[in-house]
Amino acid sequence: MTATPRLPVTLSVNGETRTLTLDPRVTLLDALREHLLLTGTKKGCDQGQCGACTVLVNGRRINSCLSLAVMHEGDEISTIEGLGTPEALHPMQAAFIEHDGFQCGYCTPGQILSSLSVIEEIRAGVPSHVTGDLEAPIPLSDAEIRERMSGNLCRCAAYPNIMAAIRDYLGEGA
Amino acid sequence: MKPFSYERVASPGEAVEAAAARPGARFIAGGTNLLDLMKLGIEAPQHLIDVNRLGLDTIEPTAEGGLRIGALVRNADLAADRRVRRDYAVLARALVSGASGQLRNKATTAGNLMQRTRCPYFYNTDMPCNKRRPGSGCAAIGGLTHNLAVLGVSDACIATHPSDMCVALRALDATVETVGAGGRARSIPIAAFHRLPGDRPDIETALEPGELITAVTLPAPLGGVQLYRKVRERASYAFANLTVALVAEEGQIVRLAFGGLAAKPWRVEVAEGGDDADLAADLALAGATPTEDNAYKLPLARRTLKATLAQATEVRS
Ligand SMILES: Cc1cc2nc3c(=O)[nH]c(=O)nc-3n(C[C@H](O)[C@H](O)[C@H](O)COP(=O)(O)OP(=O)(O)OC[C@H]3O[C@@H](n4cnc5c(N)ncnc54)[C@H](O)[C@@H]3O)c2cc1C
Ligand code: SF4
Ligand code: FES
Ligand code: FES
Repeated sequence: MTATPRLPVTLSVNGETRTLTLDPRVTLLDALREHLLLTGTKKGCDQGQCGACTVLVNGRRINSCLSLAVMHEGDEISTIEGLGTPEALHPMQAAFIEHDGFQCGYCTPGQILSSLSVIEEIRAGVPSHVTGDLEAPIPLSDAEIRERMSGNLCRCAAYPNIMAAIRDYLGEGA
Repeated sequence: MKPFSYERVASPGEAVEAAAARPGARFIAGGTNLLDLMKLGIEAPQHLIDVNRLGLDTIEPTAEGGLRIGALVRNADLAADRRVRRDYAVLARALVSGASGQLRNKATTAGNLMQRTRCPYFYNTDMPCNKRRPGSGCAAIGGLTHNLAVLGVSDACIATHPSDMCVALRALDATVETVGAGGRARSIPIAAFHRLPGDRPDIETALEPGELITAVTLPAPLGGVQLYRKVRERASYAFANLTVALVAEEGQIVRLAFGGLAAKPWRVEVAEGGDDADLAADLALAGATPTEDNAYKLPLARRTLKATLAQATEVRS
């Protein structure tokens, strides 16, 4: 097997410019975890099926396991590390803790990034499978949120508490 | 993954030239299907041509009153487009029934058209599969077939086409625009785009090697009530067992296509113009070749069509 030439790629990761030289096979997920040592983003299935690797690219959530790092030249990547710190939690992180929105925590970075994207996507009028009227404003209903969170699996089945955290974040908590 | 080289191109012309210069090269768009298959060793291109920066990511009106959808428009953006939601609801609904929010943000129109089957034996590299290794045989025939096809199959392959989007495009009579070697442009009707397996299930579309999809055009809006109903084994984030794409007007079937049933998106033109779901199901399912495992798809198709036509009629009144 002949090695392929490594390629330079410059990413903005949580606001910091990072230049790497990578084998083109390196996924965005592995670039973050193995090359930048940002291990907050998790590898679950490595096949687009679980959502543990969810990151934002130019503000939109994607599965970083099904994307090559070299394809992201110039892109802005946001990971869980950029959202908040243990000392200064993002309100969604605080809500997950408040409501026990996890057990093992492995899916949690993906769940948190997805839940913020879900709210934005609803507000931007992106329809979902459960949207009734495709032309009316979309409600921030439980059904809409659940459907849109379906790309984030939780092996510990913390789903009800994840929903409670999101509702709390939206200012409608108990 | 097997090693490969990578190049980024800036125009459709460059993409086609790059492909012509490197036999064994493949285009990569969202990567959500190709990279998955490369990780599993099912696909092993030696060279990837990144087509994400070709400027083919807009949706424009056509002179005929339809829409021209760039090949790189993401599935989420297509479903969210105001004109698509209003005039091509069956397409918006098909798109959002597929995959997940993350995947739809990445998946492109062209990549979705080109996505490969989800036959479990295609994914199992230890077993024979004529799609994966032409001439090796088909492990699905005589195997576990509960989600394989009942129409349009051959002795060489009984896989279904997994796309939701393509079922709606078939119902809407879309056209696939391409550019090939030497800059030659082609318009391929969606009916002719996906091939039946015959004795070459590895040849899945009408595209020639190195031919680039540039856009998908939709004819002027059909109106009517447009529905897409997907039956699957989970409430969300699962491929279809069966889907119905229906355009109806006052209880009458204007357009009808099924997903999950056949080797390609399955339009039933003979049933269009009728208003009897049972008759339409008879016409659709004539010639079906179910196995014991997937015979459930026949009554499921009939009932799903009935329910969808009834829903369309209700919405109308
Ligand atoms: C977990 C999971 C669940 C899914 N569920 C569903 C579902 O329920 N319903 C559904 O319909 N789909 C589903 N999908 C499939 C998804 O829709 C496809 O992976 C996606 O549409 C492929 O688009 P892409 O841009 O990522 O393609 P890529 O992976 O980039 O490419 C796919 C193929 O298209 C070719 N290609 C790309 N662009 C061009 C072009 N411009 N011209 C010519 N060839 C081109 C590539 O060479 C490759 O062969 C699912 C996928 C995953 C991973
Ligand atoms: S049905 Fe088709 S895809 Fe599945 S094993 Fe047989 S040849 Fe391969
Ligand atoms: S690790 Fe990417 S979706 Fe599971
Ligand atoms: S908290 Fe364990 S997988 Fe979700």
